[in-house]
Amino acid sequence: MTQHPSPGTGDLHNDAPPRAVVLSADRLVKRFGSLRALDTVSFHVRDGEAVGVVGPNGAGKTTLFAALAGTFPVNEGRISFGGQAITHASAETRNALGLARTYQVPRPFLGMTVFENVLVAAQAGGGAGQAEARDLAADVLARTGLMPLANVPAAATGLLDRKRLEVARAIATRPRVILLDEIGGGLTEAELVKLIALIDSLKAAGLTIVWIEHILHALLKVVTRLVCMAEGRVLAEGDPQEVMKDPSVRRAYLGSDPE
Amino acid sequence: MSHTHVLAAVSRLDKVLIGLGAALAGLLLALPLFGSPLIVDKLTLLMIYIILAVSWNLLAGFAGLVSVGQQAFIGLAGYFVLRLAEAGMAPFPALIAGAVVVLLVAWPLSWFVLRLKAAEFAVAMWVLAEAIRSVIMFDPLVQGETGRSLVTLNAIDADLRRTAIYLMAVASAILVLAVSYRLLRGRLGGESQAIRDDEEAAGSVGVSTMRVKRTIFLISALGCAIAGTLWLASAITYQPRAAFGINWSVFMLFMVLVGGLGSFLGPVLGALLLFALQEAFGDFGAWYLTGIGCVAMLFALYAPRGIIGLITDRLGREPLSMRKELDVRSERRGR
Repeated sequence: MTQHPSPGTGDLHNDAPPRAVVLSADRLVKRFGSLRALDTVSFHVRDGEAVGVVGPNGAGKTTLFAALAGTFPVNEGRISFGGQAITHASAETRNALGLARTYQVPRPFLGMTVFENVLVAAQAGGGAGQAEARDLAADVLARTGLMPLANVPAAATGLLDRKRLEVARAIATRPRVILLDEIGGGLTEAELVKLIALIDSLKAAGLTIVWIEHILHALLKVVTRLVCMAEGRVLAEGDPQEVMKDPSVRRAYLGSDPE
Repeated sequence: MSHTHVLAAVSRLDKVLIGLGAALAGLLLALPLFGSPLIVDKLTLLMIYIILAVSWNLLAGFAGLVSVGQQAFIGLAGYFVLRLAEAGMAPFPALIAGAVVVLLVAWPLSWFVLRLKAAEFAVAMWVLAEAIRSVIMFDPLVQGETGRSLVTLNAIDADLRRTAIYLMAVASAILVLAVSYRLLRGRLGGESQAIRDDEEAAGSVGVSTMRVKRTIFLISALGCAIAGTLWLASAITYQPRAAFGINWSVFMLFMVLVGGLGSFLGPVLGALLLFALQEAFGDFGAWYLTGIGCVAMLFALYAPRGIIGLITDRLGREPLSMRKELDVRSERRGR
């Protein structure tokens, strides 16, 4: 199914047979003018996995997410989700199939309350009817710790709560896979602990997670597999510890030569 | 599964306002029995303003689609009424059909204009309105600048005609208000506001952005078309330059911005203010337009959220707000 060295099986704690690939990107190319932001990137995620994506700024991580989520079309390559080709599907179709994303810089609907932000996601992406959507939204608010802010305008919330709202809105669409883009960035250490607990709870609930993060210690607490990108390519992937030891990763990402 | 989470109950004030609104609607419907013809005519105009303001607010205030070309649908509706009447349709059915036929134009247009962003959309709508006017002025029926009268309607007894058009206007205003209330309280309200706030993020949480924008666009076009047929019905004569005039957009902008963009009650209050200003200062000709401009400017500077913003600040909450509030008290009981 895939030629990659250790998709999903790098998890030492998981002796169960590898599960099906749910999200698969095959040789993606995305050009911005003369820049190849994605240069033949292949990327596969198995059901129930928690995959970390690291790499220096400009490596193409967010571009990869945008391509997967359908923010813009790719120039070459194929994307499939749950066995279905989605290369040309719109963002809302991909969400309806079960692929949700969060934004690096939170993009709440600023003219709406926290509850309304989540409610619209529950109705649109979650496909829930009126009463069901209220329950779903309230449940998500409780899980993400946002219930006390339910009726507060999103514009009046701070960074941690906006990051939580990104997660809340995404999970209210009832996804199979969630793409988290630097959800820990800009938070204090104490805030980060709360956020990691939230992401851990999502993982425990069976959600498949793909997480871009610069804060390695946070990422390594959660992920079972790591992908390192640089200059629009996948440098290495596999067991997190192994990937971090890889000489090419250390050169590209940590800026130090391995001695 | 029982649903434990509920929205906060409609507030006392809102219940009173809805009751008052219903009573007022009843009073307006009964008005021809005792009101003078002059009052009936003036209130017809007020109803047209309310329909226009609510329609424009749906588009700009809730879906973020700022258009300065909604007069395209006002002018087209009048034209279709003329054409249908010319083809032999009785005047009152033609008034209703004319408005509906506008949707046949608005629908294909939506495929094109809704792909444009912000200012491009606004300008494209204006250009389209002007283009459609130019084309219609070629129709010999309209006779270019001269225009044409809806002669079959003119043939009907003046009192009966006045009352019928007035009742149609009141019924249409009630309908437009009720429909927009229902829609905005429901899923479409949340989806359109999400698009207004961040279209890309709305798509990422599964909102079918094109479908929602098209729905709002068509409802708004229909509202403007209804206003257009009512205006033709009360004026009898149709002149393309007036029917497609940019004035309509100026009025809509004024009513909604001064009343309160993105609120339910704001456009109605804005329509009342515009109507009152015209009544008070309309005799001053061009000076009155300058006055309207000054009022709009004062609001933009000192009360950017409009009349509804001033009321909200005083009451501590927006009357007839479209906000969906989670009842946090029932939340605690339920858990």
